[in-house]
Amino acid sequence: MLSKIVRTVANQLILFILIFGLYVIAHGHLTPGGGFQGGAVIVSGVVMLLVAFSSKELKKSLRERTLSIMESSGALIFIGLAFAGIGIVFFYNFLVGTPIFGRIPATGPGPGDIWTGGFIPLMNLAVGLKVAAGLSAVVLAMALFSSGEEIEE
Amino acid sequence: MRQVTGLIVLLVVIAFLVSGMLLFIHPFGYPPSDMDDYIIENAQEETGSNNVVTSVVFDYRGFDTLGEATILFAAVTGVLLLLRTVKRREESS
Repeated sequence: MLSKIVRTVANQLILFILIFGLYVIAHGHLTPGGGFQGGAVIVSGVVMLLVAFSSKELKKSLRERTLSIMESSGALIFIGLAFAGIGIVFFYNFLVGTPIFGRIPATGPGPGDIWTGGFIPLMNLAVGLKVAAGLSAVVLAMALFSSGEEIEE
Repeated sequence: MRQVTGLIVLLVVIAFLVSGMLLFIHPFGYPPSDMDDYIIENAQEETGSNNVVTSVVFDYRGFDTLGEATILFAAVTGVLLLLRTVKRREESS
């Protein structure tokens, strides 16, 4: 556990890091970024908490079992969306033209619309959940292993 | 003797591969292939995504992204299997 200054600053900063990660994930079909990048941003926030507080403190609020379930559900949503359009072809973008995320933007540069992209925003959310939860579980497991802590189940 | 022969064969194969790589490699960015033009012109209409890179990653080449996600899943599973030290309850023995 680091000093009180570091802990206070980390407490204030984690909100902004999480919001930025969620922004990168949710706007993956409009601006540079996407599920993998936004998930990595969220994991960087988790690593900051892990450095500022000890892994013993973080273990109380971030359970590895929950992270595993979140990662698996993200992977299942991803594969389920890929299989949803199997009637035409694997990974068919079946949501283009429907009211849900189905608007089609004008060709060329433009400001963009959040309700575009077909199933790409949903895929971004699934991959972001998967990357954030999976890499958090990896970092937490490594920290707990190096500090000699044990997980209670 | 067998080792020397093997070494010579290995060197010949490596020289063949490297020379082929240097001689016949596609020039970087030239000429632009038909697929590039097709994706740049039609990605916004077909997928509705303004970010063409994301539309390639998740729609045109979605199968590769599935492989990427599988690799990540395997890595997380391996790390958790190796490094997790669960305190087990004493079983009645």
